[in-house]
Amino acid sequence: MIPPSFGYSAPRTLPEALQLMVQHGDAAKILAGGHSLLPMMKLRFAEPGHLIDINRIPELKGIREENGLIKIGAMTTENELIDSVLLQQKVPLLPEAARLIADPQVRNRGTIGGDIAHGDPGNDHPAISIALDATFILTGPRGQRNVAAANFFLGTYMTDMQSDEILTSIHVKPFSTNKTGSAYCKLKRKTGDFATAGAAVVLEISAGVVSLARIALTNVAPTALNAKAAAAALVGKPLTDASIKAAVDAAMAICDPAEDLRGDIEYKTAMAGEMTKRAIRLAASRCK
Amino acid sequence: MNAPLKDRQAALQGMGESRLRKEDARFIQGKGNYVDDIKMPGMLFMDIVRAPVAHARIKKINKEAALAIPGVHAVLTADDLKPLKLHWMPTLAGDVQAVLADEKVHFQMQEVAIVIADDRYIAADAVEAVVVEYDELPAVIDPFKALEQDAPILREDLAGKTEGAHGKRYHHNHIFTWDSGDKEKADAAFSAAQVTVEQKMFYQRVHPCPLETCGCVASFDPIRGELTTYITSQAPHVVRTVVSMLSGIPESKVRIISPDIGGGFGNKVGIYPGYVCAIVASIVLGRPVKWIEDRIENLSSTAFARDYHMTGELAATNEGKITGLRVNVIADHGAFDSCADPTKFPAGMFHIVSGSYDIPAAYCRVDGVYTNKAPGGVAYRCSFRVTEAVYLIERMVDVLAQKLNIDKAEIRRKNFIRKEQFPYTSAFGFEYDSGDYHTALDKVLNAVDYKGLRKEQAATRANPNSPTLMGIGLVSFTEVVGAGPSKICDILGVGMFDSCEIRVHPTGSAIARMGTITQGQGHQTTYAQIIATELGLPSEVIQVEEGDTSTAPYGLGTYGSRSTPVAGAAIALASRKIHAKAKKIAAHLLEVSENDLEWEIDRFKLKGDDSKFKTMKDIAWAAYHQPPAGMEPGLEAVHYYDPPNFTYPFGIYLCVVDIDKATGETKVRRFYALDDCGTRINPMIIDGQIHGGLTEGYAVAMGQQLTFDAQGNIQGNTLMDYFLPTAVETPKWETDFTVTPSPHHPLGAKGVAESPHVGSIPTFTSAVVDAFAHLGVTHMNMPHNAYRVWQQLQASGVTS
Repeated sequence: MIPPSFGYSAPRTLPEALQLMVQHGDAAKILAGGHSLLPMMKLRFAEPGHLIDINRIPELKGIREENGLIKIGAMTTENELIDSVLLQQKVPLLPEAARLIADPQVRNRGTIGGDIAHGDPGNDHPAISIALDATFILTGPRGQRNVAAANFFLGTYMTDMQSDEILTSIHVKPFSTNKTGSAYCKLKRKTGDFATAGAAVVLEISAGVVSLARIALTNVAPTALNAKAAAAALVGKPLTDASIKAAVDAAMAICDPAEDLRGDIEYKTAMAGEMTKRAIRLAASRCK
Repeated sequence: MNAPLKDRQAALQGMGESRLRKEDARFIQGKGNYVDDIKMPGMLFMDIVRAPVAHARIKKINKEAALAIPGVHAVLTADDLKPLKLHWMPTLAGDVQAVLADEKVHFQMQEVAIVIADDRYIAADAVEAVVVEYDELPAVIDPFKALEQDAPILREDLAGKTEGAHGKRYHHNHIFTWDSGDKEKADAAFSAAQVTVEQKMFYQRVHPCPLETCGCVASFDPIRGELTTYITSQAPHVVRTVVSMLSGIPESKVRIISPDIGGGFGNKVGIYPGYVCAIVASIVLGRPVKWIEDRIENLSSTAFARDYHMTGELAATNEGKITGLRVNVIADHGAFDSCADPTKFPAGMFHIVSGSYDIPAAYCRVDGVYTNKAPGGVAYRCSFRVTEAVYLIERMVDVLAQKLNIDKAEIRRKNFIRKEQFPYTSAFGFEYDSGDYHTALDKVLNAVDYKGLRKEQAATRANPNSPTLMGIGLVSFTEVVGAGPSKICDILGVGMFDSCEIRVHPTGSAIARMGTITQGQGHQTTYAQIIATELGLPSEVIQVEEGDTSTAPYGLGTYGSRSTPVAGAAIALASRKIHAKAKKIAAHLLEVSENDLEWEIDRFKLKGDDSKFKTMKDIAWAAYHQPPAGMEPGLEAVHYYDPPNFTYPFGIYLCVVDIDKATGETKVRRFYALDDCGTRINPMIIDGQIHGGLTEGYAVAMGQQLTFDAQGNIQGNTLMDYFLPTAVETPKWETDFTVTPSPHHPLGAKGVAESPHVGSIPTFTSAVVDAFAHLGVTHMNMPHNAYRVWQQLQASGVTS
């Protein structure tokens, strides 16, 4: 449980961090909250030569509303998401879902950006970001670029982020308060565990008809899944048991989980369906 | 003016008071002193190279690269220990265990080599640099397959040995056969039975997983020839004896210190290869050597618990009166038999398996088997295999009740040993000291409105739209604890007595030293309370010290709920020796006859005259200042207590669960635990111990399991997978009690900390199975995690 020796830098500004990444090249690894990376290093599954700790860069922190968007610094911790009044009012899915991540100690250190950039399908923010149709701001030596959450996750621990880029910010559109409802349902064995299966749902219901639906799934495939067919099964009609069942079936159809001690493929797929069903019902109940 | 009696009583903070724990002030401020807090000048660090495979021949170990790392002092293998004859060591169960794998690896994560370095970082790098070449052999994980005729021979060191430590071995992977009871009589009961039931069940391999892992700091002083070792041990005196026997260092020059211990639960009873290696390394290098294992090492290589494949059978009348019991167990002991049981009992006290019931004919048999898994088989928060026994009988009584369609409370009432039958000798020969099971059962059933719960359950079952299944679990357990009478219980030939030495100082404070060692039980608090009541000195001025073999009297340690039943009795009897001497001094000081004195809370007084008295504090001063002519000065005593019998605490536990039909999640709605541990010394500590034991029982029943794949790779050996419930998962516990003192114990106390673990585990299974009982399910193996319960939901055709 002791990593091999490694270098460490703690830059104070983003340009400094980017410069360090160029300097250390492939040996460099960004250290955010450390709750995924450090355990992997202790087990010697990951052996980066140099850690660039971005915890001391103020511009990467904080949540603000600007030009009709909610902008969340990548180094914002889970507990800061939970405590944010702005998010509670405008993107309630985030504080609600963050409460289901790990435990209070981890949430004090763990960050939204680290959770996303790690590319682990077991992490919760990938699916939540997809359901929120979030945009990720990546900053590198060639400047900034924006990537939609739905296009970011390429495989387990693989993302669209280049090795010299840093995820700096997450942009989310605020909910239309009167008609948007959302929910994140996560089945886990215990506090601190990854999801056996999880489902994030954002719904808009106008005049009794589902006008928008986004559904994303956690930990039932090599990446978080954007359950487009499931969402499509709901849109353009009133929410009924039949439409929910169609959505659940569509969600289960795209599951490709790996068997582990949490369960076999059959169980995890069934639980993805169950979490989808619960999240749809809960989200619908929150559409005013 | 004399203070009122009740004020004097309260000032003592003696037995029966919920005195706050003295230990907590230092623990909650991070001021504990655990083994890993020990730092010594010149201390080196040891780390262990472990086997990546479960069964293999070692072709070659290359140390060169590791030795080349600056700061590495030594790399040792079995070949290096051979000249010292320390490459194998005896186990507490009469077997031998490889200290470092000798030519062959027997389980994954087995100790293969050690490295000693300047610090733990260098040591960890050196472990990676040791290159071991293996020739893999087929691994045997299933004990039934291990017993097949053509199964691979696991223990080549025992080849041809048909006689083991416990009699005949009938197969090369067989360790022992142990049985108890009267087989013919039991068979006859089954032949004559109106009804019989049989149930197979597997009690999964679990691990005690104390928060503090195992470790030690060994320091050999080559000038003085003295060895001091700080160690995570529940039995430091036994460690000293074993270390002396293995090393040849006289026991008087071996000092073993168990400092603060962060939980044991049976995991810290045995002697581990890591301890032996650290001691050897310190002797070889002449410097202190620290070894602290990490969580994965703790879960993978140190003593596991359970792993019993059990078949139970009950014979009964049509009315549900049990007439016979038969039990057959295949016990998976792993690669070496290193169970920590009293020497004569390779299956511990498993023959308590007739439980709280008056069963006229009974027989049980246990066969120990080798497999390619880590050794162990310890008592995880229980008295030697009592958890397995209680689990079996409680499950079987439920199975019988189900077969006969009798309520599970009613069938227990029908078969309980009745109050007037105590002392009761069971079919297996245990003499139960005292009990009143019927009263306890009625108290629980009334407290929870059992009839109301059954009505609610019937309504839930009748409602097809109910999202949950409701189950009610009931258990009425009897434990056997306080090992034990030395005529039948010993460890390596040392009788399982325990001891206490008390010194009362001239100014009326005192120090007491015991052969036990607290690991969270609160000995420093409760032991002082016993002395306070016995001697009339405030518990606040009574120091309790344990764990240092150079200062404490010899004792067998703390496990198997033996501290109060054995050491607690030694404390009472040592106190009474002092009390008797104090009375003589009081008589001398008051110039009266001893017969004219009576004891009152904190003083001897002249019978009928409150104005003529001497307090214990007065007497202590006199004992050093003006003892009676001819009397030895001082006021101290030592007592070694050899119990005449075990004690038999019992309890009635009831649990209500709601199972989510869609996910298989089980929510414990209610858990009501009534415990009878005889005389209660500190009710608050008892409640705390029960809360802890119930929580660990919940962990075992609902989530804990060490599993292996077909190649013998251990799975789930981190706290990601291994279930340690937090406050979030832990149900709310309701506790209750009755008091049936032990007639043979000086205080009437029976021991309590393990009852909640032993009793709660079958209660959870009883509740979960009860939820499916109307669907014909009679048993479900643990752990009852959501995934496994969901599989049962599918099998039973339950849909949400």
